Amino acid sequence: MMENKPCRRELMDWINVVSFVVDDVKLFLDTHPGCEEALEYFEEFQKQRVEALKEYAKYYGPLTLDTAYTPEEYWCWIQEPWPWQEGGC
Amino acid sequence: MWNYEKRLQYPVKITHTNPKIAQVIITQFGGPDGELAASMRYLSQRYSMPYKEVMGTLTDIGTEELAHMEMICAIVHQLTRNLSVEELERSGFDKYYVDHTLALWPQAASGAPWTATYFQSKGDPITDLHEDMAAEQKARTTYDNILRLVKDPEVCDPIRFLREREIVHYQRFGECLRLTQEKLDSRNFYAVNPAFDSCPVK
Repeated sequence: MMENKPCRRELMDWINVVSFVVDDVKLFLDTHPGCEEALEYFEEFQKQRVEALKEYAKYYGPLTLDTAYTPEEYWCWIQEPWPWQEGGC
Repeated sequence: MWNYEKRLQYPVKITHTNPKIAQVIITQFGGPDGELAASMRYLSQRYSMPYKEVMGTLTDIGTEELAHMEMICAIVHQLTRNLSVEELERSGFDKYYVDHTLALWPQAASGAPWTATYFQSKGDPITDLHEDMAAEQKARTTYDNILRLVKDPEVCDPIRFLREREIVHYQRFGECLRLTQEKLDSRNFYAVNPAFDSCPVK
């Protein structure tokens, strides 16, 4: 079966975007816990972040503990480059 | 507890090494207004903070500062990788190199080691929040100073991101201060320390 493999760079950029939204809205919600507009915004982007992290783990290795499921016989967590290295982020 | 996420909060991709500017930028790792001091300040202060909004803000900003520390370290690492002996002598990096080779170590641009005396954890919400707001402005000024010295757009880009976060954090701590004052006696905010004296909840 042909699989549509996403571009690694583009997927990582997208993860950075949706994660930033989640991070920033989270701080706003800490001091505005009843803001409905912010709550909706958070929910929407958190979903997209979870999906993108799963997608990334499937093709390019896990970025988080929760997506570190690995069907191979090798521990993928240490396989891919670390974020401060070339090709790592 | 914390879990590691294997990415930077904002990407750092630096092509050209520059050990001279690395010695300036390292101050945001281990200097007086750096990211390590910021994280330790907020994560230390949160235990005695009596209000849930402020506990949350200190936890989440304290966590984000760790991600900023990682970005600064990535910048310094990428600016100093694969240096030759000639390059590090020429740039004045030899004084750092002799003690740390090309490793990361938390120090100020002056070479002074990181110390917990860079921050305070006072146990009084109004006092601690004023310290936090001042800290964000001091870090913003440091980034402004760094940006005047940096010419490489690949270095400027993540530094600008970090500078902007200082402004957002300042805003959030300002809201925390307002929330704190709303819970206190408006005729005299200093009548009690809500983290120490028992006082009626408003």
